[in-house]
Amino acid sequence: MGENVFLNIASWIRGFLDSLGAPLLLNDLIMMIIKASAVIVFVSLNVIWLILMERKVCAYIQCRLGPNRVGPKGTLQTIADVIKLVTKEFLVPRTADKVVFLLAPLIVFVPPALALAVVPWGDGMAAVDMNIGVFYLLAVTSLSTLIFWMGAWGSNNKYALIGGMRVVAQMVSYELPLVLALLGVIMITGTLNMSEIVEAQRNVWFIFTQPLAFLIYFIAGISETNRTPFDLVEAESEIIAGPYTEYSGMGWAMFMLTEYVSVMIISIMCTVMFFGGWLAPFGWTFLPSWFWFFFKVYLFIFLFMWIRWTYPRIRVDQLMGFGWKVLVPLSLANIFVTGIGMYVYRAIGW
Amino acid sequence: MKTQTYFLNLGPQHPSTHGVFRVILELDGEVVVKATPVPGYLHRGVEKLAEARTYTQVIPYTDRMDYLANMLMNWGYVEAVEKLLGVEVPERAQYIRVIVGELSRIASHLIAVGSYAADIGGLTGFLYTFRDRERIVDLFEMLTGSRMTVSYFRIGGVADDLPEGFIPLLQKFLADLPGLCDEYDGLITGNEIFQARTKFVGVIPPEKAINYSLSGPNLRASGVNFDLRKNRPYGVYDRLDFEVPLGKNGDCFDRFVCRIKEMRQSGRIIQQALKNLPEGPIQAKVPKVIRPPAGEAYTEIESSKGIFGCYIVSDGSNKPYRVHFRRPSFINLGCLAELCVGWKVADVIAILGSLDIVLGEVDC
Repeated sequence: MGENVFLNIASWIRGFLDSLGAPLLLNDLIMMIIKASAVIVFVSLNVIWLILMERKVCAYIQCRLGPNRVGPKGTLQTIADVIKLVTKEFLVPRTADKVVFLLAPLIVFVPPALALAVVPWGDGMAAVDMNIGVFYLLAVTSLSTLIFWMGAWGSNNKYALIGGMRVVAQMVSYELPLVLALLGVIMITGTLNMSEIVEAQRNVWFIFTQPLAFLIYFIAGISETNRTPFDLVEAESEIIAGPYTEYSGMGWAMFMLTEYVSVMIISIMCTVMFFGGWLAPFGWTFLPSWFWFFFKVYLFIFLFMWIRWTYPRIRVDQLMGFGWKVLVPLSLANIFVTGIGMYVYRAIGW
Repeated sequence: MKTQTYFLNLGPQHPSTHGVFRVILELDGEVVVKATPVPGYLHRGVEKLAEARTYTQVIPYTDRMDYLANMLMNWGYVEAVEKLLGVEVPERAQYIRVIVGELSRIASHLIAVGSYAADIGGLTGFLYTFRDRERIVDLFEMLTGSRMTVSYFRIGGVADDLPEGFIPLLQKFLADLPGLCDEYDGLITGNEIFQARTKFVGVIPPEKAINYSLSGPNLRASGVNFDLRKNRPYGVYDRLDFEVPLGKNGDCFDRFVCRIKEMRQSGRIIQQALKNLPEGPIQAKVPKVIRPPAGEAYTEIESSKGIFGCYIVSDGSNKPYRVHFRRPSFINLGCLAELCVGWKVADVIAILGSLDIVLGEVDC
């Protein structure tokens, strides 16, 4: 059922372009643009659903009902919110560094959008099937640090400044275990191509061979996306909203949008690297591969929300201590153990 | 490289200063060098207003002070007027006062516990305690027609007898209370991160607690066993059996845990009061217009935040000549400036939250 629905659409468009007599290079270019924009549009719309999901999940965790007035069962609540945000005035503080302040929300969505290009959404369903996919994804997502810092510095607000300092410290410290955790998987597969990593998990998912790496990656991932218990960057009860304190209207909405897309990227990476990507569990291939991919991704997103609405927030020095004294050594140890394991594995010659 | 300290204005508009409270922080990076608390944004002049009101008319002003422990505020005031008048409060009224007073204490502690969880960053605990506080507020509404501004106490008794259906609902709540406290313990107290954030943060040693004249759970968390209900019993507390929970380290965690333990004890107290609740009048015989003889009186009760004292000077007219309230939140705040030094911004929130202030009472 529908296994090849997206692939068929793609080949149909390609055939259509061919029939128009377009040269191969142009044809490829147009296909790439179509695929990339489809991904971006899908992800942006998906955020609307994610925000609703977060509000509903949080409400049920907190013994509430959540939004239930706008549209059937409150499903249109986020649309109403978006309309409100779009029509709101975008205030620029008088003392702000205007160029930096205005530029930050404009480009904040760029790194996650770039990262999404290489994601294999299903069997053969990556917009760009890049050889160095994992490396590329890690490289572009770490750019976000700079943009958050731009917003924080441009606001010329002390709360934003504290938040900005925290962003830099936190993201730099947690980028390290994040990357090192993935190294274990990459050592086993010997490839940076995400589709090939998924393919390599046909027999056994890497969660079973690399459980520690998964745990480290997941924790560092929560931290990278600034969500509780590592939401020090926008710690509401301490520094109001951190770097976003001075942003209103659409400027603020862009940061929100990025946060949810980042959560999605981390969930996607968990799925691809450790949970077999679009591979069906127990050989249940009667459902299409992209269904399994999204099913797993949403499970992770739910896990993120569950954690967010259960745990309190860690303190900034504890965060640093945990990152450098626990996660980094553990991830190094994991690489070491993986290396030895691989050597032994080859020596035995299974 | 030369570094310099900077000032951060925390409040009066801030999500976790529990109202319009302001602290001017001098920071070195994120570390507090100096903290200057600035209260007064909610000052309404209750003490001065009271001088132009008759004795009964002052009662509604009192439950606007600590609006979270409204019944106890009423109680502290009427206690002083009764002492001035020399009125004996009937037995049944005494017991009803204990019941509503302890309910009020539970409601106040529920907010303290929940908002502390929110201060530390876990918003879910906040909603849980508010869900349960709602049941107390509903009981108050049944009793007085008002959820927060109850004005239930009268000089010489209480305004109304317990309405029909009140006691079964109350008993149901009391039966649930230990389970609810277990739930808070499971969600908040037992949490590893919560403990890491609060243990050994903002430690107040017993001597310092006494020197700063702290009272209530803040004092008892430092290990000083002083509770007016035990040490200088008023009302019928000497006939009720309960324990005074004590802390050991005097840190934020102990102050928090003390409150949860006190809720359990308050539940016990109410249960005993309900069992012994006698029949009889709920109002002593007092004149229509209250004119206490010239003189002065000072009484203290154990409010949810600490010792709530009321000092009244009477010149023999129907209005008090001077009223002064000893507000526990205000006095507990005294140690904030010293406690914050050397801690981080996040800890300032943790320390302030653990002191459990209510701005209506601080600024009076």
